[in-house]
Amino acid sequence: MPATAQALADLTEISTQVEAAVVFDREGTVVGATVDDERAGRLASTALELVRAAEASRPEGAEALVQLDVALRDGSVFVAADGDRLIAATTAPDPTVGLVFYDLKSCLRGMSEEAEAKPKPRRRTTTKKKDDAES
Amino acid sequence: MRSRSFATGFLFASAAATAAVVARRRAARRRDRAELFLADGTLVSLSEGQPGADRLLQHARELLATARS
Repeated sequence: MPATAQALADLTEISTQVEAAVVFDREGTVVGATVDDERAGRLASTALELVRAAEASRPEGAEALVQLDVALRDGSVFVAADGDRLIAATTAPDPTVGLVFYDLKSCLRGMSEEAEAKPKPRRRTTTKKKDDAES
Repeated sequence: MRSRSFATGFLFASAAATAAVVARRRAARRRDRAELFLADGTLVSLSEGQPGADRLLQHARELLATARS
């Protein structure tokens, strides 16, 4: 199983509060999701618009946005960032905010750690056999 | 007799005040709001009706609806 899919599977298993989650980059490209591709694309683009609106709502000269949550009557929306990678998730109303953020950050960290741990493919070297070279 | 009615009145007033505080807190919690966490640990909280909040809340509602569709 790829690192992203594994991290998302772990997230939905550990965090019972998370209903749907999508991992995407700052261009809106979906890296992985717990929903089908079509919905994942729409979720990523809406989440990106949400992040841009949040960045625009920051006070002037404020630091970068690292995470956000929006509490609505019928559920909550969370977005957490780790460098260029972001994760957006939805939950039922009144979730345990700190716990959801912790799980989302762990998911993002898990993905980047696995990507770093993956050994780089070795460069293949071929040596010509002596016989081949002579003939 | 007089002190008893005073105690009853006091208890009643305290209960009413507590109920009002709880109701206000619940109503405030039920209002749609966004919380932005910045890199330096600052928290910016935006509630329904505040400038900039409505756009954020609209995107969040859209996101929630898409996730549940």
